[in-house]
Amino acid sequence: MIEFLSGLGRSGLHWLAVLGRASTFLFRVLLAQDAVVRRFRLTLAEIYSVGVRSMLIIMVSGLFVGMVLGYQGYITLVNFGAAEALGGVVALSLVRELGPVVTALLFAGRAGSALTAEIGLMKTTEQLSAMEMMAVDPYRRVFAPRFFAGFLSMPLLAALFSAVGVMGGYIVGVGLLGVDSGSYFSQMQAVTDWHEDVMSGVIKSIVFGFVVTWIAVFQGFDAEPTSEGISRATTQTVVVSALAVLGLDFILTGLMFGDM
Amino acid sequence: MKLRFLEVSVGVFVLLGIAALFYLAIQVSNIAEYRDRDTYHVVAYFDHIGGLKVRAPVTVSGVRIGRVAQIVYDPERFQARVTLAIQAGKNYLPADTQASIFTAGLLGEQYIALEPGGDYEMLADGDEVLFTQSALVLENMIGRVLTNISGD
Repeated sequence: MIEFLSGLGRSGLHWLAVLGRASTFLFRVLLAQDAVVRRFRLTLAEIYSVGVRSMLIIMVSGLFVGMVLGYQGYITLVNFGAAEALGGVVALSLVRELGPVVTALLFAGRAGSALTAEIGLMKTTEQLSAMEMMAVDPYRRVFAPRFFAGFLSMPLLAALFSAVGVMGGYIVGVGLLGVDSGSYFSQMQAVTDWHEDVMSGVIKSIVFGFVVTWIAVFQGFDAEPTSEGISRATTQTVVVSALAVLGLDFILTGLMFGDM
Repeated sequence: MKLRFLEVSVGVFVLLGIAALFYLAIQVSNIAEYRDRDTYHVVAYFDHIGGLKVRAPVTVSGVRIGRVAQIVYDPERFQARVTLAIQAGKNYLPADTQASIFTAGLLGEQYIALEPGGDYEMLADGDEVLFTQSALVLENMIGRVLTNISGD
């Protein structure tokens, strides 16, 4: 019994300590954000590896998610004779929920894990310590550009995902299943509000971008400097990001659409 | 060469993302409505609003000219107070306009239909629509039909 209690206490203290380290880390990275402008070429390279190279998987997934939504929505709606409402169903679910959430999950798997592994290896091979020896601030040189790149890329990727998904729904709904093209878009515009729906989705994706990049960069920074430690940190990044995104999504949805 | 490629691809990425946002704004959402932002508000009191919701359309002859801006219960009049936001460019509602709550389609959402009267005075901002017709409640109608049948 005492064993169990002390084990509980130990893991609680451990998580508190991690949270504390993560917060100080985030604070120092945010303080170092001036490096983003000053060393713009580094930031550019990071946006390329985090954002541009995630574009393909995001757009392909968006297309297929949109197509599946179009198909499933049609099957349900046609029972009620409301197949014309397909556009609204596809657009609302993409813009509000699926766009930001699925993009964040894919982003954690595609870009977050890479960030963690890269930084973890830098730590293991003592590149970070070497930088400090040369009076190069790793927060400015390594962390700040990566953090900014993830923070910037995520909303853009989520917008791409939703836009491509809407087209995917169009391909299936209008192209294959014969919903009228005009009513697909007019229904969509009738139910999707620019402020309430689209902007809420954008805010969500900004929050997710912040959290996922924070977790990824911190896990790399906090990894044990062994090959096993890196692999554990990479796994942690994906797992913790996914849980954080889903939990935050629930809270944000409650805050944004709670009164409806 | 390498730097140039980086710059171009990041530029394309950012542009594509912004283009996607624009696409969502223009093609998917109702941002066109925000263009004619100037609206004026007219108030209508209903005994029963049925399933009317905020942002439901307000129409004249089936043409949408505004939206429901606010629904509150007025404890002094024991009625629902519905505020209608009407586009300012369409200022042609006579003072004796009638407002009714109808349902679009069988399962459709409820909307407010305005029927212009013949008055020379027009409704201005803050005015009240005097003639209103509440939403039809299916249970009430069935009850009335049943009493009519049993009365025969």
